[in-house]
Amino acid sequence: MAEIIDLSSFVEHKAPGLAHMTLAVDGVGCAGCIRKIENGLTRLPGIVDARLNFTQRRLAVDWRDGEIDAARIVKTLADIGYPAHPFAPERVEADETRQARQLLRCLGVAGFAAMNVMLLSVSVWAGNVSDMTQETRDLFHWLSALIALPAAAYAGQPFFQSAWRALRSRALNMDVPISVGVVLALGLSVYETATHAVHAYFDSALMLLFFLLCGRTLDLAMRRKTRLFAGNLASLKAEFAHRFGGNGELVQVPVSALRPGDRVLVRPGELIPADGCVVDGSSDADESLVTGETVPRAVGPGATVYAGSINCSGALTVQVIAAGAGTLVDDVERLLQKATEAKSRTVRLADRAARLYAPVVHVTAALTAIGWLLAGASLHDAIVIAIAVLIVTCPCAIALAIPAVQVVAAGQLFRSSIILNSGDAIERLAEVDTIVFDKTGTLTLPEPKVDAVSVDPDILQRAARLALSSHHPLAVALAAEAREPVPYPGAVEEPGRGVRVTIEGREARLGSKSFCGLDENRNDELQPAAACDREASFIFFTHAGRTAAIPIRQTLRPDAEAVIAALVARGLNLVVLSGDRPEAVEPIARRLHLTHWLAGVTPADKIAAIEQLKARGRRVLMVGDGLNDAPALAAAHASLSPITAAHLTQAQADALFLGERLMPVLGAVTLTRRARRLMRENLALAVIYNAFAVPVAVAGLLTPLIAAAAMSGSSILVTLNALRARLVRDAPDETAVTPRTERARTDTAAGATESGLKSGLKTSLELVP
Amino acid sequence: MNVLIYLVPMALLLGLTGLIGFMWTLKSGQYEDLDGAAVRILPDDDINDEQPRAKA
Repeated sequence: MAEIIDLSSFVEHKAPGLAHMTLAVDGVGCAGCIRKIENGLTRLPGIVDARLNFTQRRLAVDWRDGEIDAARIVKTLADIGYPAHPFAPERVEADETRQARQLLRCLGVAGFAAMNVMLLSVSVWAGNVSDMTQETRDLFHWLSALIALPAAAYAGQPFFQSAWRALRSRALNMDVPISVGVVLALGLSVYETATHAVHAYFDSALMLLFFLLCGRTLDLAMRRKTRLFAGNLASLKAEFAHRFGGNGELVQVPVSALRPGDRVLVRPGELIPADGCVVDGSSDADESLVTGETVPRAVGPGATVYAGSINCSGALTVQVIAAGAGTLVDDVERLLQKATEAKSRTVRLADRAARLYAPVVHVTAALTAIGWLLAGASLHDAIVIAIAVLIVTCPCAIALAIPAVQVVAAGQLFRSSIILNSGDAIERLAEVDTIVFDKTGTLTLPEPKVDAVSVDPDILQRAARLALSSHHPLAVALAAEAREPVPYPGAVEEPGRGVRVTIEGREARLGSKSFCGLDENRNDELQPAAACDREASFIFFTHAGRTAAIPIRQTLRPDAEAVIAALVARGLNLVVLSGDRPEAVEPIARRLHLTHWLAGVTPADKIAAIEQLKARGRRVLMVGDGLNDAPALAAAHASLSPITAAHLTQAQADALFLGERLMPVLGAVTLTRRARRLMRENLALAVIYNAFAVPVAVAGLLTPLIAAAAMSGSSILVTLNALRARLVRDAPDETAVTPRTERARTDTAAGATESGLKSGLKTSLELVP
Repeated sequence: MNVLIYLVPMALLLGLTGLIGFMWTLKSGQYEDLDGAAVRILPDDDINDEQPRAKA
């Protein structure tokens, strides 16, 4: 294709004459890949630097303007074997990268200071029970203050800022008790040092900051990782459109650069890049990704076409229209907005805990002070004991309890082919008790498949090789069957009708019924089943007097039956909501033994159905891939999408799953339930720790040594408990061969985690109001 | 206890060196690509590029 590709919207200029671009690269898996890519590029003239970030699967390229252009770089990468796409970083991502660096710096400072202060504190503790003079102890305390005060002022910033923001908006968050605790502990310690006291709490304050920063860093690292992957996927999926330039020449531009009024050419087999109006040409549009309807719709000049549908037969010229009122995508966006607003109101477990925690801690400290004053202690002693309570209750373990589990669970989900889109998805996924499935592309595979059983293998192979020369979606499905993917030389495609070629001296034709010389209106003897089989689409093949009707149909994901059975066994209610015709949905539902299904459902209906379920107290997980599912995904309590889903839909889903199998849906439910159970256990552990530590502090017996031991002990315990999730064998993996063995495997896997699951399941069921 | 006069500053100095080292690694982007560092050590850069080799 000698077509011009315009990628200028992705290129940055950091210095005059020097261009920079970041690309998301697919297929990088080993050290060899790094070398191949970097060396392959640096060999090109004009390239200044090419560096692949293996963790992020992103490539940064710098080159001298004019000597080479962005399109050539992308093409070179494709030639080496790595599809790449320029990447435009989102604002959020840049913010998070900056935040992550800041947190790491704070963590470093807190870690350094905590270690050194501890060094001095241990000496003091040892000295207090041996022969340390008061002068030496004071010196050590002053040295500790010298390290601790500036370090806490620097490393505590993330907490102080957040607490201040919360207080200004008249709210309480976890950072308020943390900030109060740290500031009071340091203030008290300075006062105690100045009055030559035996105890100072510099080490407690710094250790607290260090542990809390560990939790924050882990939490942010997990969110960044999922965002990185989602961003890469989004840009690798980005489509190009053929736009007509000013002189009628075709320019390839990224879809994101299309503007209303642009005219684009859509060839057969291509995705329609934007909502628009057909100006020229006629064809069939397959809107299954948009509406779920599997039968293509005929479109001609004047017809409206939607982004995301596939142009089946003829070339179309489409004029892009603004997403004005009345278009499908606009409808979907509007529904989406409403649904998303509703969802942001659900409160996360950690925030709920914080809301409860802060007032309890402050009231306990205040009561302790009053209690000691009433019991006749001096004001100094009462305040010292109250501050000790504040220090010891500082939610070290609580702050680690949830992030630690989230990081472990996200890693496990990733190994089960699930990529999280949002950090709090784990909690929401764990709570579901009802799953709503879309049909097309979710229960079934996104691409239709040839039903090979009913066709003579020899004919099938010839038809499949011939299909390689066509872009029609049915032909693409057929071409996947070809054992040797070598197209016949000289094959001619007649747009909208079929392909023909001469094999062994006789003409072979593949295409519509009439193209193959068969009577359009006769349901002939060659495929009696064809007349009544309404689920399948047929493509016809004729060669040397032999004719065949090849059925191509939506096929279930290979493990769908087993997964559905396992989900039912776990007590989940399953519902199918499809935009497709009833006669296409019914057989699928029957095969999966699902009694609750609705066909011909519009996006608004899907939301209504989900709202109805919610009104009955159900927590709904929506699994869907179509554009018509996007609002329902946002409205549901939690949502999952296959990676093949439409762009807008993916953006809404809490998590994406990879591969042909449905198993990740089961994995998502079981793994998140286990994670949730661990989070609860961790919170319980933190509470138990407080139940022991608080009475000691209230009684005035807390020494810095006990505070340090309790604090680090509980933090380590909580982290170890989170890591326990890794000890359990990972739930079902992706290597099963046949559905039958798969079923057996599922059952054993279910058995292995059953005992652990039951309690988690029971608690989460009990929690549903 | 005279030993403290040089031991304490020495301990602090060592700690500070560690902190400065950490800040330097952070600033020079050494935490940007942790997995990459692990695999980049494998290729033999000194061997001629053109020789075909099995993937690591």
